[in-house]
Amino acid sequence: MDAVISFRGAVALLGRFPALAGVDLDVAPGEVVLLQGPNGAGKTTLLRACAGLVGVTDGAATVLGVDLRHDRRAVRSRVGYLGHATGLYDELSVEDNVRFWTRAAGADPTDAEAAMAALGLDGRLRQVAVGRLSAGQRRRTSLATLLARRPELWLLDEPHAGLDNVARDLVDGLVADAVAAGATVLVASHELDRAEAIAGRVVTVSGGVVVGDTGRTPGEAGAPGVGAPGGEARRAP
Amino acid sequence: MLRDAALVAGKDLRLEARSRVALNQIAPFALLVLILFAFALDPDRGLLARATPGLYWVAVLLCTLLAVQRSFGVEAADGNRDALRLSGLAPGGIFLGKAAAVAVQLLALEVLLGLGVVVLYNTPVGGWLLLGSTCLAATAGVAAAGTLYGVLAAGLRVRETLLPLLLLPVLAPVLIGSTRAFEAALSGAAADGWPWVGLLAVFALVYIVAGALAFGPLLEES
Repeated sequence: MDAVISFRGAVALLGRFPALAGVDLDVAPGEVVLLQGPNGAGKTTLLRACAGLVGVTDGAATVLGVDLRHDRRAVRSRVGYLGHATGLYDELSVEDNVRFWTRAAGADPTDAEAAMAALGLDGRLRQVAVGRLSAGQRRRTSLATLLARRPELWLLDEPHAGLDNVARDLVDGLVADAVAAGATVLVASHELDRAEAIAGRVVTVSGGVVVGDTGRTPGEAGAPGVGAPGGEARRAP
Repeated sequence: MLRDAALVAGKDLRLEARSRVALNQIAPFALLVLILFAFALDPDRGLLARATPGLYWVAVLLCTLLAVQRSFGVEAADGNRDALRLSGLAPGGIFLGKAAAVAVQLLALEVLLGLGVVVLYNTPVGGWLLLGSTCLAATAGVAAAGTLYGVLAAGLRVRETLLPLLLLPVLAPVLIGSTRAFEAALSGAAADGWPWVGLLAVFALVYIVAGALAFGPLLEES
């Protein structure tokens, strides 16, 4: 089966800085992959490149069959990207935001209802302006806008950040449901215990390259080079 | 594209209905501009009445700057521009929707400013058809050009100061055309005003087409 994500020597620049300096990565359909690494390693840029928000300037990069070097816009409506920002309008209510982004994606409005219910955004909370929500509630609202779109590939950047334990469990359940529905998930997190519990594979990123991958052995195509700095692969539990 | 435009326009107008920035800030600003013009020219009430068309449209253009800043300010917050890029909305539809929302707000402000010049400047009003047509054509052009230059400036840290420098020179033909058309309407020589309305309509059409085509690449770069 074709890989959902296939990067070969992918380079992405932020200004003149190579935030991705030759990434090799393959992700198969239905996989849940955890990206780990220190701050500035390139995890967020890798997620944004997969979402078509950052251009790949060298190497090869394909996501959901779309060649990112030729038409990265074509992949955008098929992925669900949760970044550090929430992408919500402060003055609009939770319901208005979820409905707007659901309709923008051309999804069924009933999916917006189901998504809000799944994220615990029921009752009076639906009518509250997003600007008055807590950080965790905003995060859940943002996730609801993605869930309603039913993306084929979830790209989650620190999805547990700012959430209480109940909401974290909701996120984990969301990922499990997405995979059960046939989606693929790439998640960057510093909360390794929780993220590793939902991920079947751990990819370590450092200095803009993949230096460790529990899903590949050294020498295999798409695997990090032998002797790469910090390249010791970790095993998922 | 039209479905996307309606969706974005509805969202922007809903944002305005909730925040009331146009009502509570831009509208008072517009009236303040009229009052300041009146202070400056007060010794000669006749001059004030004669200068009404120009003063009215200068006030409209200043309000346009605020409305466009606001329109793109909400997209700059909390990753909304990324969300727009990822949404699947047609860029041309986003442009038309945002321009339509700005136009609706400007038309409401123009009605308010019209009442203002009648009361403050004691300007006799006539030629309603020409006045209304001028407002529609000029507003369409101003909103389209404003939205196009708004997204151009949106990604820059100096957008608040850069937008007036970019936009006001571009809107000079609108200021001239709409002022001449208003002068014709208020002086009872409506026939002299219609060619200017034609010029305004052409300006609007050019910027609507250019904006619908260019908005996507500019949104990428912003």
